[in-house]
Amino acid sequence: MATLKELQVQELLGPGHRLCAGCGGAITARMTLKAIKRPMVVVNATGCLEVATTIYPYTAWGVPWVHGLFENNSAIASGIETILKAKNGGKLDTDIIVFGGDGGTFDIGLQALSGAFERRHDFVYVCYDNEAYMNTGIQRSGATPEGAWTTTTPVGAASPGKVGPKKDLIAISLAHHIDYAATASTAYWNDFITKVQKAAAVEGPALIHAISPCPLGWRFKTEQTIQMGKLAVQTRYFPLYEVEKGKYKLSVNPHQEPLEKFLKMQGRFNHLFKPEYAGELEALRNQVDQKWNALQELCQGRHPTWNGSNITTRPTPTPTAAN
Amino acid sequence: MSATKPGWRQLTRGAVVTQPSSAREFKTGSWRTQKPVLNEAKCTNCLFCWIWCPEPAIVRGPKKVSFDYDYCKGCGICAVECPVHAIAMEEEH
Amino acid sequence: MMKPQKVELVPMSGSEAVAKAVIQSNVDFTSAYPITPQTIIVERLSDLVATGETKTSFVNVESEHSALSACVGASLAGGRVFTATSSQGLALMHEVLYLTSGLRCPIVMAVANRALSAPISIHGDHSDMMGSRDSGWVQLYVENAQEAYDWIMLAYRIAEDERVALPFTVNMDGYVITHSVEAMSLIDDETAHKYLPPRQPLLKLDPQKPVTFGTLTLPDYYFEFKRQQEEGMRNVPAAFADATKEFADLTGRRYERLVPFELEDAKVAVVSLGSASGTVRWVARNLRKKGLPVGALKIALYRPFPHEEVGKMLENIDVVIVLERALSPGSHCGPLGSDVVCSLYNRSAQPQVLDIVAGLGGRDLSPDSIEKIFRTGLEATSRPTGLEMEFAGVRD
Repeated sequence: MATLKELQVQELLGPGHRLCAGCGGAITARMTLKAIKRPMVVVNATGCLEVATTIYPYTAWGVPWVHGLFENNSAIASGIETILKAKNGGKLDTDIIVFGGDGGTFDIGLQALSGAFERRHDFVYVCYDNEAYMNTGIQRSGATPEGAWTTTTPVGAASPGKVGPKKDLIAISLAHHIDYAATASTAYWNDFITKVQKAAAVEGPALIHAISPCPLGWRFKTEQTIQMGKLAVQTRYFPLYEVEKGKYKLSVNPHQEPLEKFLKMQGRFNHLFKPEYAGELEALRNQVDQKWNALQELCQGRHPTWNGSNITTRPTPTPTAAN
Repeated sequence: MSATKPGWRQLTRGAVVTQPSSAREFKTGSWRTQKPVLNEAKCTNCLFCWIWCPEPAIVRGPKKVSFDYDYCKGCGICAVECPVHAIAMEEEH
Repeated sequence: MMKPQKVELVPMSGSEAVAKAVIQSNVDFTSAYPITPQTIIVERLSDLVATGETKTSFVNVESEHSALSACVGASLAGGRVFTATSSQGLALMHEVLYLTSGLRCPIVMAVANRALSAPISIHGDHSDMMGSRDSGWVQLYVENAQEAYDWIMLAYRIAEDERVALPFTVNMDGYVITHSVEAMSLIDDETAHKYLPPRQPLLKLDPQKPVTFGTLTLPDYYFEFKRQQEEGMRNVPAAFADATKEFADLTGRRYERLVPFELEDAKVAVVSLGSASGTVRWVARNLRKKGLPVGALKIALYRPFPHEEVGKMLENIDVVIVLERALSPGSHCGPLGSDVVCSLYNRSAQPQVLDIVAGLGGRDLSPDSIEKIFRTGLEATSRPTGLEMEFAGVRD
């Protein structure tokens, strides 16, 4: 992938959709479509991207597109892929792009994704991860990070925010022995586009896990979306790497910015900087460090050693003297 | 509710939309409270603003970009990310 | 009119017959998940795929929810699609049923009717389909394996009729029809393909003509699309007439939406769905020989319900007994009974109606038990009861 100028000018997603100003998911989806060179069919799970782009009688999509239910995008894609292959002499000449938010992928959509991976259908799954059920009002998901405020993990004397680490979507995908899985961030557009193209080139399933910052849900200014996407990577909160046929490769070497720089820009982590939630901040930091260390091991071809207790610690807020 | 909306006999079956990109009829430009203004002399046509615009409300040109104010929601990403600071966000009322 | 082909009978179970009909129907795609007593259908289809006897694609999915979802994908991509399930599987795919009918995908599904857990039961009753009665699918209940075979093909003709464009369930009693072997009259491939050429949908997922399926509708539009679905249902009788006429011309077998038996001068009639109808008719014939004024009405097409016809056929009966093979707990009348009572409303005469719940969880509806039910009806002719719900064959 050389330059932006080579990307097609025709807009296959938008404008005229009703995603929020500064929506990270919109950038993820639009950039994905820019990367694809062959004719495509898009399957979309219920969520922000689906709802805001297809309010009858409008559609923001310039490609064939289908939305079924919340949890079955991968299953619908399985049916489409089978028919398109069968009607083309066993060869798929169309790229099938499956979009799902973190909710529709990590949680309710996981079964269908697992089945589609195991059956080795030829599709590219792009998870636009905004780390909560944003469309329904910022509720926690299996992708919500440790300590984050959400409307179902609010912060109070008895709760430090979401407790427990985010699920590892790349690891889950690789457990199905798929040939390509990668994390991505639209802030690194060259890396993003290259990865989507690699995923599309795989004859079989491939997954892109794209961090998609959400101004409304993470509580930051709409103009900061790309900055967020950069900081997430630079603080190692969301390392960029790819796994091709089992080989791990780091895509971007982070500058090792302190995690706080990323957290402090978001209202959902504000409380972590109060003394009573210090334990929770430590838990998050430990998880980020552990995951980074494990990734280093994997990139060296070694098996990571997990310090299990750090990942699974469930801290409760420490009462302050005033209490 | 508009009295001119089509009835069930006229609508395409199953809530299918057969006109691709018909959302272009829905102008989201009314959402914004600030708008991007380009300093054309500074624009190097790097296209960062174009690739990162969520709408997109940025149109590519031979020498520089331009804004499609019909759709721009005023998020400000383009202004922040422009490497030569060629875009300024102006208040709009 | 083509002469019906020479009849050559082949022994087959309902499940095997369904599988055979599927591969003769130019079906492009099947996706299913195993559940007793549907399993033989999918196993037989898998065999036929493995031997290369059919080009139908078969996708083994990880749940029924995904099975019907994959079917929707395949249907929207332009394929003719089949699936089969039962009981828990039908319940699990419940939301996908509504998706299918809302998207107007003409998918045909064989349902091996089976009771719903809890308690878990692998045996037959109609509670599974009745639980999804309002999902917008055309619903037909077959009486035996021959009907199961024929109706797979007829279902595609009706479902894909542009006036209808709705999915279609062919219901067959679990074990009784799926597993019993009957003497079957099969259609040859050429005739089947003539009756069912490959599917050519008007709209599909095609990069040459991008279309958006599955939009969100706000209150200003949703209602219109549901009205459209209802119109599709209302057009079923016309499509049914055309499809069955052509089928009769090709095979000599004629199907009706409902089948009356000696109702003209009957004082008591039993209305039924499914395989029990055969037993009901047999018992009625025997009771007639003893001079008892009884009749029977088999309802084949349950949705859309043949409201007018049922009303006309039953209004002059004294006691109408509805043989209810499903329970709607807390209601004064089960699902079939409610439809029957509805069709009798405001007619010239008002029969008494006994809604008799029987045969749940595979409890056998033997000729003796059916005869008891007829006699209950005959007793009721002398003591007006109005509308009553009773249970038959359950131990107190």
